[in-house]
Amino acid sequence: MGVLLEPAPAAAPAVHPNPIVNDFSFVVATENGTGSQTANLTILRALFKMGIPVNGKNIFPSNIQGLPTWYHIRVSKDGYVARRHTSELLIAFNEATVAEDIKNVPAGGVCLFNADWRNVPTREDITLYSIPVNMFVRETGLKGKLGNYIANMVYVGAVAHLFGIPLDYIEDALRFNFGGRQKLVDSNMAVVRAAYDWSVANIVKVDPYAVSRMNETSGMIMMTGNEAAALGAIFGGVNFVAWYPITPSTSLVDAINEYLPRFRTDKTTGEVTCAVIQAEDELAAMGMILGAGWAGTRSMTATSGPGISLMAEFTGMGYFAEIPAVVWNIQRVGPSTGLPTRTGQGDIIFTYYLGHGDSKNVILFPSSIKECFEFGTTSFNLAEMLQTPVFVLSDLDLGMNNWMSEPFTFPDEPLQRGKVLSAEEVNSKGFARYKDVDGDGITYRTLPGNENPRSAWFARGTGHNEKAGYSERPEDWYNNMERLARKFDTARKLVPGPVVQRMAGAKVGIIAVGTTEYAIEEARDRLVAANLPTNFMRLRALPINDEVSQFVAEHEYVYVVELNRDGQLHSILITEMPHLATKLRSIAYLDGMPLTARWLVEAVEAAEAQQEVL
Amino acid sequence: MGQTRTRSNVNLVGLTKADYNGNPTTLCQGCGHNSIASQLIQVGFELSLRPHEIIKMSGIGCSSKSPAYFLGQSHGFNSLHGRMPSISTGALIANHHLRGIGVSGDGDTASIGMGQFKHLVRRNVRMVYIVENNGVYGLTKGQFSATAEEGLKLKYAGKNDLPPIDICMEAILAGCGFVARSFSGDAKQVRELLKAALSHRGTAVLDIISPCVAFNNEDWSPKSYAYGKQNELPLHEIGFVPKRDEIEIEEYAPGEMRQVELHDGSLIQLRKLESDYDPTDQMGALHRLQWAEQKQEFITGLIYYNPDRPSLAEVCNLGETPLAQMQEDKLRPRPEALAQYMQELSG
Repeated sequence: MGVLLEPAPAAAPAVHPNPIVNDFSFVVATENGTGSQTANLTILRALFKMGIPVNGKNIFPSNIQGLPTWYHIRVSKDGYVARRHTSELLIAFNEATVAEDIKNVPAGGVCLFNADWRNVPTREDITLYSIPVNMFVRETGLKGKLGNYIANMVYVGAVAHLFGIPLDYIEDALRFNFGGRQKLVDSNMAVVRAAYDWSVANIVKVDPYAVSRMNETSGMIMMTGNEAAALGAIFGGVNFVAWYPITPSTSLVDAINEYLPRFRTDKTTGEVTCAVIQAEDELAAMGMILGAGWAGTRSMTATSGPGISLMAEFTGMGYFAEIPAVVWNIQRVGPSTGLPTRTGQGDIIFTYYLGHGDSKNVILFPSSIKECFEFGTTSFNLAEMLQTPVFVLSDLDLGMNNWMSEPFTFPDEPLQRGKVLSAEEVNSKGFARYKDVDGDGITYRTLPGNENPRSAWFARGTGHNEKAGYSERPEDWYNNMERLARKFDTARKLVPGPVVQRMAGAKVGIIAVGTTEYAIEEARDRLVAANLPTNFMRLRALPINDEVSQFVAEHEYVYVVELNRDGQLHSILITEMPHLATKLRSIAYLDGMPLTARWLVEAVEAAEAQQEVL
Repeated sequence: MGQTRTRSNVNLVGLTKADYNGNPTTLCQGCGHNSIASQLIQVGFELSLRPHEIIKMSGIGCSSKSPAYFLGQSHGFNSLHGRMPSISTGALIANHHLRGIGVSGDGDTASIGMGQFKHLVRRNVRMVYIVENNGVYGLTKGQFSATAEEGLKLKYAGKNDLPPIDICMEAILAGCGFVARSFSGDAKQVRELLKAALSHRGTAVLDIISPCVAFNNEDWSPKSYAYGKQNELPLHEIGFVPKRDEIEIEEYAPGEMRQVELHDGSLIQLRKLESDYDPTDQMGALHRLQWAEQKQEFITGLIYYNPDRPSLAEVCNLGETPLAQMQEDKLRPRPEALAQYMQELSG
């Protein structure tokens, strides 16, 4: 994205007496598989480069082509990026859903639709604009699929006029999205211009919604959480990936494959420093990364709920045989196949205790693309230091949508490789695979290929003694499991600590993980305006440390906010802090959509009212 | 390891045969699996394997316990039921200088692990995959496995009404380049096949009929010792010649022998008992297996051989240094690389 070469041409000014500038949402309704994603990302990026805080959320079907999809874009001068409950503007480009879509526009809102359609329901309380799409497609001479693709550019041109987006920003955004392929930029831009010019001449803007340049995004980047996680893994030293495609995690490994040639392949020798294997299923993917982790690589997989189910047995083995591996779970909505293209936080309990018997796993919870990047290093370091599978729980909203961020900085942490003995160290220090030499529960390991004959050990999921020999002795079992619990306590000190935001006079706390952060921040601003100041602790990992119990103890009560039905994080927290259980109150909800501030404010107010009754 | 080293009892890498021992076996006395473990010890010694270059892999079951009973100086992994292939794939790509010796069973491979088995073979991961095949689940006291013959009657399980899965056929169909069958009672043939298998560039599958002395050793059972001894039909006698030895093919009369060159240059010599058997003919091999099954015979020897397909490590384009031995200098790009990319994204 270059600097603008010339001043932007003046767009049709908003003539509304009370314009609403840089503070509204709009939704683009299209069919999936028609290339509308390019059009939507172009508008998103143009707004972003205008310096306006913006966020886009793709609400798409589990389907390749032909089903309805909605792209929500929020512009917010105040920097809020959470989903909004309603969108004031509708860009209706899917005839199959237009009747229903128009119903959802709030009074005073706006709808732009295709003038070629008949029988579009009308409403007196919203502003309706239309544009004859086919005319522009006909002019290009393109037919079929290409015609469909280019048709989406018609609404880009119309939106540029209606909102007041200078066309230079649109062109720059197209150039970015097409990776500089000028021919594509030109052909798309021609349609955008034609539609824009037609709109200027034929659409009289009467609604109040407009955008205007700001300086809030200068120097920032925009990418998806999955791309950021891939980049983080690349800079975190990943060198073995096994995976099985599953929405919404697939784009994470796709991004790794895209980044590897640029960042991790020797330019002169062509030497590969990371292997990527597409496994036959998630079960095999987990087996492969554990086999590779045992042999000494920083290995990872990316999956979602159903994949985690298949990885349960191997996870227990990884926990018990003590083998490092990193598993990214881009959460979708379960149980079962559930809603594969919707978001949630429903795998917290399952992942934390994944594996039969007494097993517990370290979990990281990124809430931003920056943390997705940072946890690339952190997750591998923890896995290798703790010699255990480490899970990173992202979600579809973070993973597949585009988010603004400060640029990523090179990680401070070096690559930690953990307690691995060389051939010489086996002689000088001695070696017993599961002996707690340092008292932190973390034992020393050797890697296959170690030339010292005394380094050999037999990894197993069966009961074992300190020397990794098969054992059914009660004391061996008990002592080993106690040591694993001790190791989990060591993990409490090593995982990233919580992030706390305070407000003066707050007696009520909120605890949450991941992307609910954005709705929570916005809700807190509204709640404090209504005289309910809150303090907010965002956990970045399980297991928790003492900071969490201190935070809970210092508040009258704490709401645990999460995107699932049963209050899973709440359950874990009352289990970990039974003495504080009565202070923890669950606010849990899931319908497949990202949390909104409005819903949360209402939920908190309802809970507060209940409190007063009590 | 309890054996005095003398010039005469050490091999080329200075190890005695005892250096290839493992822990004492805990399997039943007379179990065919023990005899296979003994041959692995012998083969390790005779081929002068470096123990640290070998990893011993297994799944779950009687067979899968046996990697504890040989090559005690090698790392090993007793994984999950049916999951030896995925663990092995990860380990052998993480360090492609290692060679895998995997020991599985008929339940571990042909039932719970069939999917992973076929995909391992399809990927051509460089390892020797031994199936200690007895047609029965021993640890859970005698249920039929998927390789049990149709009509077989066992004391606890009753009569088997389903057709058997033939592991060799499955391997050939999945693209395996080294498929052999043997009988645990035939020590010499097992040993020679193991040696040849260790020279193969990809996955070498050895289906070894290994009678269960506890649950499937009735004389009339096709997986019993008595039946095996009477009905074994070797395709050829095998002699393995490592690459480093002089090969004097003149010793053998033409017409009786067929030499097959292995990927690393060593030779396997097959004495053809069936003059028309060609182990490089894939369709012929399948046909021969089908024919033997109908006759209730089991053919032994190298059934199919094709060294052409590259191993998974070759497909992955791995360089000289194993992934597992790479350090930060190779694993993490320079800070400038990130700064440059961030500049591109924000500019």
